Amino acid sequence: MAFLDKHKIIEKNASILLVLSLLVVLIGGLVQIVPLFYLQNTIETVQGMRPYTPLELAGRDIYIREGCYVCHSQMIRPMRDEVERYGHYSLAAESMYDHPFQWGSKRTGPDLARVGGKYSNAWHVDHLSNPEAIVPESVMPKYAFLATSPLDPQFIADEMKTHRMVGVPYTDDQIANAKADFVAQDAPDGDASGLLGRYGAKVTVADFDGKPGVSEMDALVAYLQMLGTLVDFSTFTPDASR
Amino acid sequence: MCAKPIKDDAKAKVGTTGHSWDGIEELNTPLPRWWLWTFYLTILFAIGYTIAYPAWPLIYGATPGVLGSSTRADVDADIQHFDALNAPIKAQLVAADLTAIEGDDALKAYALAAGKSLFATNCAPCHGSGAAGVQGLGYPNLLDNDWLYGGTIDAIYTTITHGVRNTVDPDARNVGIYMPAWSDKASGPLADMATAKLSADQIGQVVHYVLKLSGQTAHEAKATAGAQLFKDNCVACHGEDGKGNRDLGAPNLTDAIWLYGGDEVTLTKTLTEGRGGVMPSWGYASASSTARLTEADIRAVAVYVHSLGGGE
Repeated sequence: MAFLDKHKIIEKNASILLVLSLLVVLIGGLVQIVPLFYLQNTIETVQGMRPYTPLELAGRDIYIREGCYVCHSQMIRPMRDEVERYGHYSLAAESMYDHPFQWGSKRTGPDLARVGGKYSNAWHVDHLSNPEAIVPESVMPKYAFLATSPLDPQFIADEMKTHRMVGVPYTDDQIANAKADFVAQDAPDGDASGLLGRYGAKVTVADFDGKPGVSEMDALVAYLQMLGTLVDFSTFTPDASR
Repeated sequence: MCAKPIKDDAKAKVGTTGHSWDGIEELNTPLPRWWLWTFYLTILFAIGYTIAYPAWPLIYGATPGVLGSSTRADVDADIQHFDALNAPIKAQLVAADLTAIEGDDALKAYALAAGKSLFATNCAPCHGSGAAGVQGLGYPNLLDNDWLYGGTIDAIYTTITHGVRNTVDPDARNVGIYMPAWSDKASGPLADMATAKLSADQIGQVVHYVLKLSGQTAHEAKATAGAQLFKDNCVACHGEDGKGNRDLGAPNLTDAIWLYGGDEVTLTKTLTEGRGGVMPSWGYASASSTARLTEADIRAVAVYVHSLGGGE
């Protein structure tokens, strides 16, 4: 066949083969990826989602640094057993300020998508410090060093700016007050009105690790206690068409 | 050596591709028919699949598929199906008097089974999968008959519903009430409620008095000095006799059961730094969130926990 004979040209010219293969891969990729950016129903409209506070953002960095996502997912799948155990299935909107998302792909430990508020701050500190002391059957490593590692908010505003570049709607006000908000969330005796004004009244302000100063433990627990608590499910109606 | 003789007529039968490397030619053997048909069938299946199920992205949304399949609708239907099956017994559980549940065999059987699985999911992280708590870290043992807030089914139900000292539920037990940090060097929220600032020596005296109270070996002189300090500062919660006060969640100091530990080192730490364990609220619903457990679930857990403990 004449058409198949022309294939010989591609087979014999590596550069043409390379260009044409790239074209095929591009089309495949674009068909899968592009619609996610323009389709109206990719990310459902919910109320309550907000960018992470500076302390939560720092905690999220520690979550990523320590590789928590390797053993913990943040993705409650729409199945009855998961919904019964963990709560409402995860929504795309709940990851919309995650760069990168922390869905994970493996559950050595439980899913953490809605762990926020499920346990006390003290429990998180005890558990992170020595998981086996509380859950004898646990294989989770010890993270006691987080409590003794002070956390400096030196670059937190820069990090928020970076997140803004990729689409997280941090306001100028939020970025300008990043360091103040960072400290305020860990100081229940201080004035947190600025922080609450910028991020909403639902932000948890507490001395997460029970020790003075902001440690990596404070940041991580602040992040964990926020997980899954943002979306207002009283005003959310699932769209069945997905 | 080849096991099979090379068929001489293969080249004549199927021809070659025309490729030739140093005289070695490539036979143009056709694909097996079964393979080829399976291949065409997978293509047909894929086309059928994209018609039947959500697939192609269009301008405003993806094609929904003629079967109308939706994971979210499926899971909702699944949950509703099982909720409907459980609804009658849950309604009975909610309607029943708490103290009467254990007398009703059907209700009790359901409550124990449901309570056990709910406990494993929600309570075990702190109280342990066997409900023995964590001695030394302040996670109470639910198997014994020593209760901070009472071990009756009603008391357990209230504790589970509202939790202890959490910042969420206005009806939580012991909001603002905790073991203060008595040390004169203490600062922070736990130090606020202390009625006195005690030196390390004074704390040592109280510790020895508590050791004596609980029947352990104590330094007599220190214990005697500690008795007065105890009377001045501790009896308000722990009582004249040190037997505690359930209204304030103050533990009994005269028995051998300890939440954080009854040895000298731990008691010194408790007095110096204070204690204030927190339990989440399982029944509190804020304006924007539902309660973690439903009324029926809480009752089931209460019955289960009541069945574990001493059964007050």
